Amino acid sequence: MEEKYQDEFEEFLKALENGEVTAEYDGKEISEAVCPANGSGKGDNNEENNSIVSLLQEIQKEHHYLPADVLKEVAEKRNIPLMDIYSVATFYKSFSLEPVGKHKIVCCSGTACHVRGGKKITGEISRLLKIKPGETSKDRLFSLETVSCLGACALAPLVVVDGEYCGNMATSRIESFLEERLPLQKE
Amino acid sequence: MVNLTLNGLEITVEKGTTLLEAAKFYGIEIPTLCYDEALSPYGACRLCLVEVSKPGGRSKLVSSCTYPAMEGLVVRTHSERVMKARRLLIELYLATCPSSKTIQDLASKYHVTKVRFTQKHEDCILCGLCVRMCEEQMQAKAIGFVNRGAERRISTPFDAKSDECRLCGGCIYICPACRLRCQGPNEESPVCNACLNLSPPCLDQYDDAMCYMDPCVACELKIQK
Repeated sequence: MEEKYQDEFEEFLKALENGEVTAEYDGKEISEAVCPANGSGKGDNNEENNSIVSLLQEIQKEHHYLPADVLKEVAEKRNIPLMDIYSVATFYKSFSLEPVGKHKIVCCSGTACHVRGGKKITGEISRLLKIKPGETSKDRLFSLETVSCLGACALAPLVVVDGEYCGNMATSRIESFLEERLPLQKE
Repeated sequence: MVNLTLNGLEITVEKGTTLLEAAKFYGIEIPTLCYDEALSPYGACRLCLVEVSKPGGRSKLVSSCTYPAMEGLVVRTHSERVMKARRLLIELYLATCPSSKTIQDLASKYHVTKVRFTQKHEDCILCGLCVRMCEEQMQAKAIGFVNRGAERRISTPFDAKSDECRLCGGCIYICPACRLRCQGPNEESPVCNACLNLSPPCLDQYDDAMCYMDPCVACELKIQK
C-alpha cells in the first residue's frame, strides 16, 4: 500500500474503533463481515435456514404456492442469496413452486388404506374432480395428492380435505361428502 | 498440541487439525474427490475415510477431511477395512460417472477393475466443490443444490441464467467429473484401467501401514490374497 493511503487507512481504522464511522458490508457491520466469528458467523447457518423456512411458510400461506417473483423480491429485501431460498424451497415437499388449488385433498395410499380400498377412493375423487393425483384443476380450486401414510391407519381408508381428517371413507358416499365441504360444480 | 498415532507412527499436530491435513503433513496420501485446500471441508465423497479407534475401543470409519485430530487417537489410513470400503466407493463412482478421468485414475490406482452396479452416465457426483467454489471463493452463490434425495442436482435458481453468475468458470475448473474426460471407457467396459500400474514399487507390508509409500497395486494384490 502506498504511504499516503496507509495514513488515510490508519485514520479510518481509528475512527472506526471510536465509533465515529460505521462501515457496512453485506448488510453487516464491517467487523462482523470481515471476521464472522465476531458476529453471528457460521454457527447459525442452521438458524438462517430456519428463518428461510418460516419465510417461505408465510409466503405459501398467502399465495398457496411460492411465486418466483415473490421469492426474488424477498431475497433482495432480506439480503438472502436467492440460491439459498431456492434450495430450501425445492428441498421440502410441502413447498410448491407451481400454483396449487385452493382446496387440498389428500388421499392416503399407505398399506392399511390400500388394503381397505384406498385406491378406489382416489380413483373416485379423481373422476369427480377430473384431475389425476398430483394435479391441480384448471380453475385452481382443487389439488389432489396422495401420501404414503398419515399415521391414522385405524381410520382407513383416509381422506384429508383441507386439513380435516375423514376416515372410513367409502366410494358410495364420497360425492355427497365432497359436496358438503367443497364448491363442487354440478353438471 | 495433540498426540496421536497415525499408521503406527507417533505424531504431534496442532489442535484443530483434521486427520486429512495431518496425514498429508506426514506424507501419507489419502484420496479425495470433494476436498480442496481453499474450501471448507464438506465430507461428501467419503473417499477420504480412515479407520479411527481409541485404545481398547472399537474402530470406526470416519471421513478424515471433517474429523479433528484428538489426543490418543489411533488412525489407520490404509488398513484392509478402509481399502475395501474405498474400493467399493470408487466402484460406485465409476458406475455413476465413468467419463471422469479423475475417477478412472483412482480406479487404476486402487485396482478397481470391474463395476458390479448398473452403469449410468451422469456428469455429476454431487461433491459440492463447484457450489463451495462459487460461494466461498467467488462470493457469488449463483449455483447450489436443488431438490432432495435421488433428484438432488446442482442448478441455478429456477434453472434460469443467474444474475449472480459472472461466468468465471471456477465451477468447471474445480469439477472432478467434467474437468478432465477419460477417453478410455465405452459402453461395453465402464472401467478404463489404461493407467493401471502393474509393477510393484514396494516390497513389504506392515501391520499398521502397508508401507510408508503411497499404497500401490502390490499392496492391493497382497490384500486380495
